[in-house]
Amino acid sequence: MEMSIARDVFTILMVTAGAFFFLAGTIGLLRFPDTLTRLHALTKADNLGLGLVILGLLPWANGTLAGLKMIFIWLLVQFAGATVAQLIARVVRHGETQP
Amino acid sequence: MANFLIVIAGFVLALLALGLICVLRGPAAADRMMSAQLLGTSGIAALLLLSAAIRYPAIVDVALALALLAAFASIGFVTSSNRSDSKADIADGNEHRA
Amino acid sequence: MTVSLGLDIGLAILVLSVAVWTIAVREAFASVVGFVVYGLLLALVWVRLWAIDIALTEAAIGSGVTGALLLGAASRTRHAKAEPEALTLIVRLAVAVFCALITAGLAAIVFLLPEPAPTLAPDAAANLSTVGVGNPITAVLLAYRAFDTFLEKVVLLFALIGVWSLAADRNWGGAPALWQSPDRNGPLTFLGQILPPVGVVVAIYMLWTGADHPGGAFQASAMLAAMWMLTMIAGLTHVPRISSTGLRFTLVVGAAAFLLAGLAGFYFAGAFLAYPPGYSKALIIAIEVVMTISVAGTLVLLVAGPPERGERP
Repeated sequence: MEMSIARDVFTILMVTAGAFFFLAGTIGLLRFPDTLTRLHALTKADNLGLGLVILGLLPWANGTLAGLKMIFIWLLVQFAGATVAQLIARVVRHGETQP
Repeated sequence: MANFLIVIAGFVLALLALGLICVLRGPAAADRMMSAQLLGTSGIAALLLLSAAIRYPAIVDVALALALLAAFASIGFVTSSNRSDSKADIADGNEHRA
Repeated sequence: MTVSLGLDIGLAILVLSVAVWTIAVREAFASVVGFVVYGLLLALVWVRLWAIDIALTEAAIGSGVTGALLLGAASRTRHAKAEPEALTLIVRLAVAVFCALITAGLAAIVFLLPEPAPTLAPDAAANLSTVGVGNPITAVLLAYRAFDTFLEKVVLLFALIGVWSLAADRNWGGAPALWQSPDRNGPLTFLGQILPPVGVVVAIYMLWTGADHPGGAFQASAMLAAMWMLTMIAGLTHVPRISSTGLRFTLVVGAAAFLLAGLAGFYFAGAFLAYPPGYSKALIIAIEVVMTISVAGTLVLLVAGPPERGERP
């Protein structure tokens, strides 16, 4: 019984924290003045939010393989997101150096 | 618990909508390119929350595909802008006409 | 469940808003971005409608492959002169009225369906044990309606030949001009080295799990196509010349294997594309594997377009 309550509390805490980071990321997206700062808010905050959400959902995964799949998704999003942010930043810089 | 997860999924989608309004309106092309990234993380979060809420593990596969394809879409956007920039350096754009 | 209803209504409004924005925006690149966003959101809608296989296909083909195709088209037409508007207001109003009528008709059909709606789904699900797969969509695509799937693969090849026929005579046999990154050491090359192996593994996983769970050949082939395009864009592989025998063999082998299985069905099970009992699952998976490779190649070449560099002597 305690395990079930502990699991529920853990999930609610982690998922709420993740949602909070998504909120922070979106506020940054709306309020930051510059494309590059918005990009930073988007990639960092949203990825962390996703990580916390996945952490909170791990107790509900359908077996260890499903849990590993979710962690793998998060790693993939981290990797691809960071690299794509670099690519988009280059586009911004290229646009600024062109007349 | 299921209701809580669906509420959070709805919250994430609402944030996605707000983010899209800002990003799609953005004056530069680079702003619009961020939309694939935004959709990637938010969409995956919503899908995973949904998968746990309605107890349907196959939805995680959609999240996995979305992760790869959002990255691919972002790359497509970036290279499309690079491509058009390099074409602008060429005086006429008619070299590919038959 | 009012919570899920709220979620669905919000999602529907979001999808419609993005669709309206895609049509209303004036710049080609922006509307392609809108289209890709719309496609990915539609995948969420399909999930809410319990159609996971279609969600996978929508994400892979609707956003991935078609998005790449439209981006290429937007880039190519960027320097084309815009035609002066030739449509009068009357014509546009007439088109708008017709589109509205068609939409209203479709909506009426959906809302006026008798309860329960006429469907073959229970029969399809009831006979899954004879086919040997657990996913009813795979059973429909590769057992009940295998002939349709076979013809679809042939139609894809015809579409590709149609695209190739747009080439100038002097370019026939050459390679399509897919934009390749000139920078060999940048982040794009890094992505091109890491993502495709991951994507190939995911594609194989989707193909394998498609027998009993949502997934299947078409989704896997779209994922493979996206990954191959990625390696080409990153400059890690050459765009193949369309005259290469290996390429042509890869494109044709899917439909050919299907045809072979169909003709063998005459001998082993009494009808075209009939599977002998007990071997159906193995045959289905074999056909799917070969089909995936062919369709992936066809999709990539459809996006790459007609050959633009002549065949080197």
